[in-house]
Amino acid sequence: MIQETFAIGSSPMHRMDPRLKIVAATVFSVQTAISDHFLTLITALILGVAMVILARLKFFLVLKRLLIVNGFIFFLWLVLPLTFPGEAIFSLGPLDYTLSGVILSARITLKSNAILLSLIALTGTSYLATLGYALNQLKIPDKIIYLFLITYRYIFVIEQEYQRLIRAARVRCFEPGTNLHTYRTYAYLVGMLFVRASARAERVYHAMLCRGFAGKFHTLRQFSFTKSDLVWAFTLSAGLMFMGYLEWMKTTLF
Amino acid sequence: MDENNIILRLDNICFGYPGAGKKVLDHLNFSIHVGQKVGLIGPNGSGKSTLLHIVMGLLRPDSGHVEFLGQRPETEKDFRSIRRQVGLVFQNADDQLFSPTVLEDVAFGPLNMGMSPDQASEMSVRILNELNLNGFENRITYKLSGGEKKLVALATVLVMEPKVLFLDEPSTGLDESTREHIIDILNRLDITIVMVSHEYDYLARTTQTIYTLNNGKVEYCCNSEDLHTHYHSHPAGRMPHGHEDHR
Repeated sequence: MIQETFAIGSSPMHRMDPRLKIVAATVFSVQTAISDHFLTLITALILGVAMVILARLKFFLVLKRLLIVNGFIFFLWLVLPLTFPGEAIFSLGPLDYTLSGVILSARITLKSNAILLSLIALTGTSYLATLGYALNQLKIPDKIIYLFLITYRYIFVIEQEYQRLIRAARVRCFEPGTNLHTYRTYAYLVGMLFVRASARAERVYHAMLCRGFAGKFHTLRQFSFTKSDLVWAFTLSAGLMFMGYLEWMKTTLF
Repeated sequence: MDENNIILRLDNICFGYPGAGKKVLDHLNFSIHVGQKVGLIGPNGSGKSTLLHIVMGLLRPDSGHVEFLGQRPETEKDFRSIRRQVGLVFQNADDQLFSPTVLEDVAFGPLNMGMSPDQASEMSVRILNELNLNGFENRITYKLSGGEKKLVALATVLVMEPKVLFLDEPSTGLDESTREHIIDILNRLDITIVMVSHEYDYLARTTQTIYTLNNGKVEYCCNSEDLHTHYHSHPAGRMPHGHEDHR
């Protein structure tokens, strides 16, 4: 179940207009992803850490999220330097551990962590529902927002249905193994889950029609862009422009 | 009954699901008068829910017509205007509550009816208070209990101030106190109600007339007052008591 623990709080990041947070997170992520120079990437990481500190989030919980992503990145450090051509730092039998592979892995690590930290600090500090309504006000197409909000609403229901199906199999002594019976059973479970999800989608749509739904999604939420949001908009823009400047100056450690 | 007082008429409705062979509804005729509280009972698979879906225009009959206050809706557009006046509470509240918070879900109908966000919000808070759901506005819908979900689902429909209220198995899966709460709400409502259930006991306490749905046709069963339940269980079962004690 999605707990949305980061959304609870009253820090400056929590109080910021969610529309500004979405725009800032998007621009920051794209700019970090397309930047190449280490000074820019280190600045992005520092900005990410600063935003998380300002959001007053529990250090342990943020670290836990970072560890999940860095778990995948760890494999990149194992594989990339061995497969990327370049000057060898050391050799493992016939395989060379290359400097260019290490540089690439370091870039990916910095980018991923900076982007993740900014997303935690900016979008993670709003409830998913609030983000949905903010997207609506940013003129994102209605269908994408339905998909977003209704997926969020029904993912729990579908998860419960999956648990029911699994229980139904277990009470009849089903034990997964490496055999055709197991594969077939899981195929049936997944198939049944799709069938049930589709039937539920139809019922939900019918319920929406019964309450006057005619294709347009209206929202109760109205956001106000305050003076402090304006200050934040300038601050975040300044940070992003500084990153752009560093990238443009090609000031690089390597 | 007065012919002019009919709010909803089903005229010679036939409906069958593809590949099912026998028709679920077979030349069904049924009329509901203004202010009537009607119960519809029938075994599983008798077509009770299908009938409600046909009334709401969610399913189209193979033949026959639905008539609401003298108008015959034919197209989706016609049914849209009917749905502003006819409310349907679904059997499973999870199908009905799709917004993240209770207030947003209750306000969904009024917003669709063209109310401003402030008006919709005000109407929603009022109906939640009327149903004793004060303070539920910002609760997350998926985290509500089964009984709370049912009450909120009822609020989402009542907020639209329907002229007719259809309820599909409203008592399914509820504990005793929520059942009593819903019975109390329904008995206080001054609108036409059609309740589908397979529990005579529940219908006897909330409706005036009970019809059965059998072999694709609606037939008069009895007045709710004439029902008499012999089998019942409760903690004081061995103590002397009258049946009226359960009312």
